Amino acid sequence: MSTTTEGTSGSAKQVFTIEGATVRLAGDSGDGMQLAGTQFTNTSALAGNDIATFPDYPAEIRAPRGTLAGVSGFQLHFSSDDIFTPGDKLNALVAMNPAALKTNLADLEPNGILIVNVDAFDKKGLSLAHYDENPLETDELDGYNLIKVNMTTLTREAVKDLGLNTRVADRCRNFFAMGLLYWLYGRSTDVTLRFIDAKFGAKPDVAEANRRTLLAGRNYGETTEALPSSYHIDAAKLTPGTYRNMTGNQALAWGVMAAAECSGKELFLGSYPITPASDILHELSKFKNFGVRTFQAEDEIAAVTSAIGASFGGAMAITTSSGPGIALKGEAMGLAMILELPLLIINIQRGGPSTGLPTKTEQSDLLQAMFGRNGECPIPIISASSPADCFDTAIEAWRIAVRFMTPVIILSDGYIANGAEPWRIPDVSDLPKIEITHPTGDDADTFHPYSRDEHLARPWAIPGTPGLMHRIGGLEKQDITGDVCYDPDNHQHMTDLRAKKVANIANDIPLQDVNGPEKGDLLVLGWGGTFGACTTAVERCRAEGLSVAHAHLRYLNPFPANLAELMGRYNKVLIPELNMGQLRFLIRATFLVDAAGLNKVKGKPFAVSEIADEIKRLLA
Amino acid sequence: MSTESLPILTSADFASDQDIRWCPGCGDYSILAQMKKVLPTLGIPREKTVFISGIGCSSRFPYYMNTYGMHSIHGRAPGFATGLKITNPDLSVWVITGDGDGLSIGGNHLMHAIRRNLDLNIILFNNRIYGLTKGQYSPTSPLGKITKSSPMGSIDNPLHPLSIAIGCEGAFVARSIDMNIKHLGQMLKRAAEHRGTSFVEVYQNCNVFNDGAYSWATSRETKADSTIVLEHGKPLIFGKDRNKGIRLNGMEPEVVELGKGVTEDDLLFHDEKSPEPSLAYLLSRMRHPEFPEPIGVFRAVDHPRYDDELNRQVETAREKQGQGDLNKLFHSGETWSVSS
Ligand code: SF4
Repeated sequence: MSTTTEGTSGSAKQVFTIEGATVRLAGDSGDGMQLAGTQFTNTSALAGNDIATFPDYPAEIRAPRGTLAGVSGFQLHFSSDDIFTPGDKLNALVAMNPAALKTNLADLEPNGILIVNVDAFDKKGLSLAHYDENPLETDELDGYNLIKVNMTTLTREAVKDLGLNTRVADRCRNFFAMGLLYWLYGRSTDVTLRFIDAKFGAKPDVAEANRRTLLAGRNYGETTEALPSSYHIDAAKLTPGTYRNMTGNQALAWGVMAAAECSGKELFLGSYPITPASDILHELSKFKNFGVRTFQAEDEIAAVTSAIGASFGGAMAITTSSGPGIALKGEAMGLAMILELPLLIINIQRGGPSTGLPTKTEQSDLLQAMFGRNGECPIPIISASSPADCFDTAIEAWRIAVRFMTPVIILSDGYIANGAEPWRIPDVSDLPKIEITHPTGDDADTFHPYSRDEHLARPWAIPGTPGLMHRIGGLEKQDITGDVCYDPDNHQHMTDLRAKKVANIANDIPLQDVNGPEKGDLLVLGWGGTFGACTTAVERCRAEGLSVAHAHLRYLNPFPANLAELMGRYNKVLIPELNMGQLRFLIRATFLVDAAGLNKVKGKPFAVSEIADEIKRLLA
Repeated sequence: MSTESLPILTSADFASDQDIRWCPGCGDYSILAQMKKVLPTLGIPREKTVFISGIGCSSRFPYYMNTYGMHSIHGRAPGFATGLKITNPDLSVWVITGDGDGLSIGGNHLMHAIRRNLDLNIILFNNRIYGLTKGQYSPTSPLGKITKSSPMGSIDNPLHPLSIAIGCEGAFVARSIDMNIKHLGQMLKRAAEHRGTSFVEVYQNCNVFNDGAYSWATSRETKADSTIVLEHGKPLIFGKDRNKGIRLNGMEPEVVELGKGVTEDDLLFHDEKSPEPSLAYLLSRMRHPEFPEPIGVFRAVDHPRYDDELNRQVETAREKQGQGDLNKLFHSGETWSVSS
């Protein structure tokens, strides 16, 4: 940490340069914490920091105000170094009310900065949060750097001559908190001022109120004696290029649009609203000028069946959902598989079973993706490991779907769907081209709907093509002709063919790479959204001298061709998952490898320390 | 422009090479025959025609047509048809379903397909029984019906396909009977020509599990007195001697005899184009044996079509914003540069 006494705007306060910080804004779900967090994120990203975020909000839209159930939080980790996770321990916590303090305090590091809105700690607020005594008046918070701010009062004061009623005025409090954090971490207010203009331009008084509150918060930081110093974080050394912030869901939406463009197709989305996948529907419905057609179906089944119909018709068809919706789509997914039509089925996993924890993250749909259909029904599965990775995952999934004429399941999860990180913007002309050929009327003499190419893929003949009229369906079909066929040997043959086709994808995907030593004591094998925590934990352990490597699977069905050999180079394999051991089950069953598991289903991502501790325990 | 005229197709051109596997004597044969007769008259090439079905006896239909087709999963045909039609508006898309497929397991999809009014033709073969699963009662089986799964008689209050269709804002709603081949052909043709979702219920005899369910409507002796043919703008007259009619008594229909002070002008006149569906609904409630059951077009009005509207939005968006450009999109909003 280096220090300088030159303040950001001429004040005499000290400025410490730090590598990075983890900050959480917590308040009532009506307090605008997600908005504040997003602004703080964009501002930090534009300052050149690497960032990782973790929004955490309740399932209820507005749980009763001030209650523990209604607390909404947004965690941001920014750094001048490469980072992969939103951080384990908080360096600073902003608690807008007693409930937010109660539910979040445990994550704050000792001596961490704790900013509280004192005005909310009245009798009612305290009792809603089940505090018998006001924690601001006991010794409960002694171990923290407590900064008490009369945020409500100061906000009202800042906007008092604008003639807003107090309800509207109080809604600006989140901007006060933002302003204070911006000062604390040496952030410019420009991005947020631009945002205010764009978002509230139609309501000049509200825009002005937010503007004033933001600046009031910043000025408060500048002048209050409670905060003797602020921080500076250098820009991170990211790969040169132009960046923007991306959440996982936005990256998936843009990824499928890019895949459509790379393959010369127009995109069709059949979807039914479900948390946490709906944002993909929202995002894609904006892009009709790209030829994107979104269909909000009457239910999950119609969502997937409409997509299959669109695929039959030659469109790039996708359906988006979460676990409960995927359960409903199961029968239709089986149909898509036996029809051998390309289709992307995107599952933004959430806590299960049943309705489970809709707004919390989990990785517990892997076995559903693998086995959740009747009959022998292999479907390729590919997973995204970070928000930005969702973009590439979407393109790769579509490449596989059309090359092998098969539905493909993409697994994302609530954590990467809502989390954000910098995304280096690619040039569209550099994206991989996806070749698709459809048979034409000239092929009529030789056309058979279930003939196969070198990838065992059948031809994608589109209705409207003269001479290629054919019927497909869910009944078992005769090899080559596709006619309905109940012959026992044919059923065996077709079952084998379909399985082989999917298994052969292993020859068409990259070999699994590994981060760390080529062989050693321990391999951490992860998949999906645990990427950041696994990477950081393994690097940390290696820095402490342990012989540990990390492989993170994108391809879950089929597995990369070298996976067995790769695992064999380590004495032990540890599989951390936010489920009770689903990848471990597959690895054990497929390779007879006695992998150890680190499993948790608490609706939260892994802390780096949880994985690091387990690595150390296994190697002790 | 080419001077070549379209090849003249015949019914045989629409037959696929597959063996038909319905029970001999099944009403499905007659519907298939009429379909093959009607399609060549529409001027739509075979490759532009698609049949999509669910599961059940009727749903084997696509296999027998030399067009594109999909035999999908139980009850879900409207979903497949919707996605196909949205992305391929120039295809002529037919949905073939049954009373179990369309009204039981697929009731939800049927309801929403009808209200969205995509340009689809939905033909529901109503045999009032589950045929393919060998004879359980269906949602259209009458109360008291003794079947394998209702040995003491069905206690399931049946529903009536056309009332449902009209309740779902159906813009084209019609009924015909498998044995009445000329009328059936007319209804299929009108359904095909109507733009928007055309819903046609066909009374279909399952001679294996529910033989004679519609004998009152098909037998030479009774059909004239137990059915009434709807014609737009014409009074509702029926009977072997065409001496009976339907008159409105307040809000209720009643059967009256012509003569004896009742003239044609006193009768209910059919208006398939009425903007309000009340008349069509009233007709859909007329049941044998209290009333003659209407066949014909109950309702034929022009409503906005989902497929047209969605594709119009796509066009409007392109006109207003220009064809989408991914590079531009990727660089829109807040971005920052990192230099080496
Ligand atoms: S069971 Fe009935 S409906 Fe099915 S094919 Fe036989 S006769 Fe026709």
